[in-house]
Amino acid sequence: MSKINWKLWISVLLVVLSLWTLWPSISWFMMSEDLRKQAEQSKDPILSKILKLGLDLKGGTHLLLEVDTDTSKLEENVKVKDAVDRATEIIRNRIDQFGVAEPMIAKQGDKWIVIQLPGIKDPKAAKDLIGKTALLEFRIVNKSQEAGKALDLLTSKGIKPAQFREDPSKYPEIEVALPEDSSIFEGKGSDGYYVLDKALLTGAALTNAKVEFGGQFGRPVVVIEFSKEGGRIFADITEKNREKNLAIVLDGIVQSAPVIRTRIPDGKAVIEGSFNAEDARLLATVLRTGALPAPVRVIEERTIGPSLGDDSIKKGFMSSLIGVIVVFAFMVVYYRTSGIIADIALALNLMVLMAVMAYFQFTLTLPGVAGIALTLAMAVDANVLILERIREELATGKTTRVAVDAGYQKVFWTIFDANFTTLIAAVFLFQFGTGPIKGFAVTLSIGLIISMFTAITVTKLIYEFLFKENFLLKIKI
Amino acid sequence: MQFFKSTNIDFIGNRHKFFVVSILFFVITIVAFIYRQEPNYGIDFTGGIMMQVSFENKLDDLQDVRKAIEEAQVTSFELQTSENLVVIRAKKSLQSQEEFDKSISQSIQNRFPDNPMKIERIEYVGPSVGQYLSKQALYAFFFAFLGMIVYVAFRFKSSLWGIVSVLGIIHDVIISFGFVILVNKEVNITVVAALLTVAGYSINDTIVLFDRIKENLRFGSKEIFANIINKSINEVLVRTIVTSLTVFIVASSLFFFGGEVIHTFAYIMVIGTVLGVYSTIFLCTPLVYEWEVRRSNRLKMAIKQGAVNSKKK
Repeated sequence: MSKINWKLWISVLLVVLSLWTLWPSISWFMMSEDLRKQAEQSKDPILSKILKLGLDLKGGTHLLLEVDTDTSKLEENVKVKDAVDRATEIIRNRIDQFGVAEPMIAKQGDKWIVIQLPGIKDPKAAKDLIGKTALLEFRIVNKSQEAGKALDLLTSKGIKPAQFREDPSKYPEIEVALPEDSSIFEGKGSDGYYVLDKALLTGAALTNAKVEFGGQFGRPVVVIEFSKEGGRIFADITEKNREKNLAIVLDGIVQSAPVIRTRIPDGKAVIEGSFNAEDARLLATVLRTGALPAPVRVIEERTIGPSLGDDSIKKGFMSSLIGVIVVFAFMVVYYRTSGIIADIALALNLMVLMAVMAYFQFTLTLPGVAGIALTLAMAVDANVLILERIREELATGKTTRVAVDAGYQKVFWTIFDANFTTLIAAVFLFQFGTGPIKGFAVTLSIGLIISMFTAITVTKLIYEFLFKENFLLKIKI
Repeated sequence: MQFFKSTNIDFIGNRHKFFVVSILFFVITIVAFIYRQEPNYGIDFTGGIMMQVSFENKLDDLQDVRKAIEEAQVTSFELQTSENLVVIRAKKSLQSQEEFDKSISQSIQNRFPDNPMKIERIEYVGPSVGQYLSKQALYAFFFAFLGMIVYVAFRFKSSLWGIVSVLGIIHDVIISFGFVILVNKEVNITVVAALLTVAGYSINDTIVLFDRIKENLRFGSKEIFANIINKSINEVLVRTIVTSLTVFIVASSLFFFGGEVIHTFAYIMVIGTVLGVYSTIFLCTPLVYEWEVRRSNRLKMAIKQGAVNSKKK
């Protein structure tokens, strides 16, 4: 009976491993709300061991961003792939600094970036933070006659500066009037337009940006510190352009244009705008994490409020539970003892499935919960196949023991083929769907694979054990 | 317990009647298509925005919400409501999603000053994403079907069986889709997922029966082909009913108690389980029969074929 032994050991090992893997999740769901919050804040290691819930269950925001890779807007020598990679990295930094528990940021395809922010309260602020290009430039204000003429032309035609910059060749008379290397920018609020010379320094040269409350009337300002090289250039600019206006341009809008009084040698500059504290904090964050190499825009958003998540959890779990309980009961009524054995295998399937989900950190979504219920119903199939086969064998007059053996032997490949083809569908489902659907594909696939083991090996083991102990010479099947 | 002892139904003899049933299903599907003009594609495929808002108190009249949204300069939209929830859908021609939800929520809130509103859910899908998802859905079906044909053909050493089993799935998927259109449910990615699941479930059933036919061909090579098929169907009939019953139970439970999110999914599964069984017994197997009989005009040849095949093993 050494055959029973190894099967037994594997099964016991599986149960122990599953329980051990599931333990953090069980204790997590028994924790009080406050304790969980605490753990989330202190980044408790338990967080990486518990079952991961999808956005549809937990609430949160899913964003799909498209990086505008129109090459004309990219800096020179930057490839599209690099631009998207850099944008992904920068956005990751920004979100980390924003403080979201367990965000997911990943590149998808050539120029898309997927972002998942579980449990955030204010998706709008997050979108602002992510979407800011944060291209910071320092330019000298050009007050020459030609510049004034170009400005007049622009205003008389009612063209916006951004419109003009998009494609200057469309407005040849303005382009001709402008001094070389300069362009027209809009001021913040109703500040009017500026003609600015070429950018002398950009945000790439800064090492730090922070909020200080040093402005007029104690308004918040953003103080930036340049790198050594940047500080030297900045000192140089302020030296050469004394008594001129230095415009600080963020994403094409002039934030302020103070007059340079003296050379500034300490590599620090102050951005004054009419920000509130939150604006200033966002700006400091995006400046610290660097400018995006290209503009991004949201092309897909799916936000689910936490209360809706709660409701879906309740209904989804309840209906799945009802379905599964009825199936369990049906098996016992229809197959008696053998039904109980099949139910044990199903319960084990469920446990191992959850453990695998937790261990590999797969995400459990609402369709995923439905997927578990359906998988269990399909996993019943293996046992039904076996049991019906045993009944057939019994009908030909074989003893229970021989019938059981024959039943298992004959249906193995049928079960394998049937599960494998269903698995093909599940795999392509995984390739296809968005988050929640992927969750369904995951539970379906794992459940099917596990059922191959639990429905065949584990039930067989139980029969063998029962035969060995002579508990039942003639079982009810 | 046992539903019935052993059955002896002549499925093959009555196959033409069931072909008529299938044709009838297809007619219903086609009528549904014509009647509904175009499937009610959701924003997943068309692009657009869906907002679900909840009010603290129950709303008496949806008309006010409609007016409020019209005031926000949104012209083409749909409203749906249950108790204090309102779902707003606007498809296509959407410039900025940001402005949409800001102006709508402001406009609604102005109209209901004493009934605070909360945004429960926002789904925005840009046009490029919609196109991408549609393409992905088609790829998923195409490659899943191809994979199944290849696997079944390999296991049964005959591309015919592979093709027939996939024909059965296509039959089930199209008719399930017809039922979706018939009740004018929104076609979104959940529907696609459900249809793929139906495909997976349906082939599962077909394989079990084909396996049994293959086994009986090996042992019962003296019987005529039609009898072997009939015997096989009758043998696995109980199993088929029990298994689909369990899936049916779960799908029904999800359908009745699962809530709005998985409702459509469960609806398709309920129909799919029934169709999966139907297509296996009444479509795939008779098709295999027709084909095999036609290929070798005489029945005996077909039988010998089975015998030779099994000896090769």
